[in-house]
Amino acid sequence: MAAAPPAATGAAPGLRSAFAPPDRVRAFSALIALALIVLYNIIFTTNFLTLNTFNANLTQVATIVIVGVGMTFVIATGGVDLSVGSLMAIAGTIAPLFLLDANQFGAPWVGLALAIIVPLLVTTLCGLFNGTLVTAIGLQPIIATLVLFLGGRGIAQLIVNGELREFRNLGSPLVPSFEFIGLGQVAGVRFQIIIMAAVVIVAAWLLRATTFGRYVLATGGNASAARLAGVPVRRVLLGVYCLSGLLAGYGLIVVAINKSSDPHRVGEYMELDAIAAVAVGGTPLSGGRATILGTLIGALIIQLLRFTLIAHNIQDGITRMVIAVAIVIAVLAQRQRAS
Amino acid sequence: MASVFTTNAATPRSLTRERAISALQRQGALIALIVLALFGVIRYGPKFYSIYNIFDAFLNNNTYYALIALGMTFVIITAGIDLSVGSVAVLAAVTAARLSGLGLVPAVGGAVLIGLAIGLINGGLIARFALQPFVVTLAMLLFARGAALTLSDNAPVMVDFAAGFTELGSLHVGPVPLPVIITAVLYVLCALLLNRTRFGRHVLAIGGNEEAARLAGIPVGRTLLLVYAMSGALAGLAGVFLAALSFSGSPTGAIGWELSAIAAVVVGGTLLTGGVGSVGSTLIGVLLLGLIFVILNFERGQGTFQLNSFWENLIRGAFLLVVVIFQSRLARSGAEHRQGG
Repeated sequence: MAAAPPAATGAAPGLRSAFAPPDRVRAFSALIALALIVLYNIIFTTNFLTLNTFNANLTQVATIVIVGVGMTFVIATGGVDLSVGSLMAIAGTIAPLFLLDANQFGAPWVGLALAIIVPLLVTTLCGLFNGTLVTAIGLQPIIATLVLFLGGRGIAQLIVNGELREFRNLGSPLVPSFEFIGLGQVAGVRFQIIIMAAVVIVAAWLLRATTFGRYVLATGGNASAARLAGVPVRRVLLGVYCLSGLLAGYGLIVVAINKSSDPHRVGEYMELDAIAAVAVGGTPLSGGRATILGTLIGALIIQLLRFTLIAHNIQDGITRMVIAVAIVIAVLAQRQRAS
Repeated sequence: MASVFTTNAATPRSLTRERAISALQRQGALIALIVLALFGVIRYGPKFYSIYNIFDAFLNNNTYYALIALGMTFVIITAGIDLSVGSVAVLAAVTAARLSGLGLVPAVGGAVLIGLAIGLINGGLIARFALQPFVVTLAMLLFARGAALTLSDNAPVMVDFAAGFTELGSLHVGPVPLPVIITAVLYVLCALLLNRTRFGRHVLAIGGNEEAARLAGIPVGRTLLLVYAMSGALAGLAGVFLAALSFSGSPTGAIGWELSAIAAVVVGGTLLTGGVGSVGSTLIGVLLLGLIFVILNFERGQGTFQLNSFWENLIRGAFLLVVVIFQSRLARSGAEHRQGG
């Protein structure tokens, strides 16, 4: 493991591509697993290829993909962000506060804009807080993000006094516009898909084609070597935790889809799903390498696995056990390929 | 060069300072515990230090966290982490409730064995395949919760009152409830295990430097396997107590227990980087966290402030934050002084 140079150095590219083209092979084997699940469903699950099935899975997949992309960047630096689920709950409970009255902030569009911008800003700041604990205080990422994992949901619960808020009954003319970002369509394509595609494309570009992406991988490969080579490690770490926080702001859209904000449920277990998607997609949890496409495929696998089990009336409990086993198998398979 | 002279000149003072720092790091939680307890005694009077409040309301309800934190101490000393303990406790509670009709011994034995088995799987995957503890135990968190839901048909399982299982929760020796006594005995045994046995030295050595421990001939794999097995078995026992005291095994309970346990271990002064730690300091951490919530409850009872239960998560998070920042500052300034000397 230690012998493999970080991708950023690009040492001996000929050898590497000949014996261990890691990202492509990993993403490829995940793709085969995905194809098998889809094939199984086409044959054995009734009504699999319908719009209903597609819509039923879309919200969940989009959430895992978007939060998972942020997690991919954090994991690429050798860290982890356990706070994403709680941050989703914060974003989800803040957003409706701006929709109560159309003219609360002068003009209706101002309230709508605030309902989107403020939650994203708050979760990004939460990410900055995580990053500061990691860089300035030197806490391990698990512990640093544990603080907001615990406290974040408490904040969300306090914002709405622990109540489930249904805002479709508010009668505010802003609510339909807010719902549009969750359920609306642009040229026949669900808005969610557009957001998901945009996030994946921008993230893949960030990771592959920018200095920031190369810095992220270098930091995860070997932080002290990266520092000596002039990589601004602190700023890179702050950047990835902010990005993860920003993407966890997607919780506001989950709330828009559900037409209600529930501080206990929004984003629950999302850190698990996101980490699982990253691991199943082939990004090594030790950092230094990452694949956004893999995370997309990993998220599809996790959700389709869950859907398949539910569609065949398998109990929720057994579904969780199967997904746990899938995570372990994915991590084991990665390790064997790495060694 | 210059540093040699300055260090020499400052030796007595820097030694005192280093001692003060290490005493504060070791005893900070204890001092806070004593101060809080005194505060409670003075402010709330006999209601606070009544035998019922101390032994039954306070100590008995903290046995779960105490047991989980005990296993977690060993895991964290090896520089690992066990996120599965809350789910394992729930699975054990459901198992104990299901088996409670067969009597006390099968219910306790079965539940602890289930915890042990899951701990062995954790340890096996971590030791044999060199997987990261947080991923393995995170997957096991999901697995054990799923197993608990399956075993309980998604609903709380009531215990069988006829077969004697609930006596585990109601028996007292003098004023002291049985779970408290069992927990205390386990703490003493584990303290001896860590400080007086070869196994304990191996645990500390692995956390200090796993590669060096391996080169020194320490059976790293076997030690890690045992540490995670212990954590699983203790979580299983915590689940048994939960079932005995709440008269049911609920598949949806114990969410976030792993985090409370980690917080207690850290608050006690055990370093998350491994290699350092003690059983006694974990006990202090557990009691301190428990006492804070007792005092908040008393204040709420006196109407000082209106706190709903959602503050609990927030306070836990904030408390963990303050402690880890304090701890890392102390550890850092301690290390700088040692380097200087």
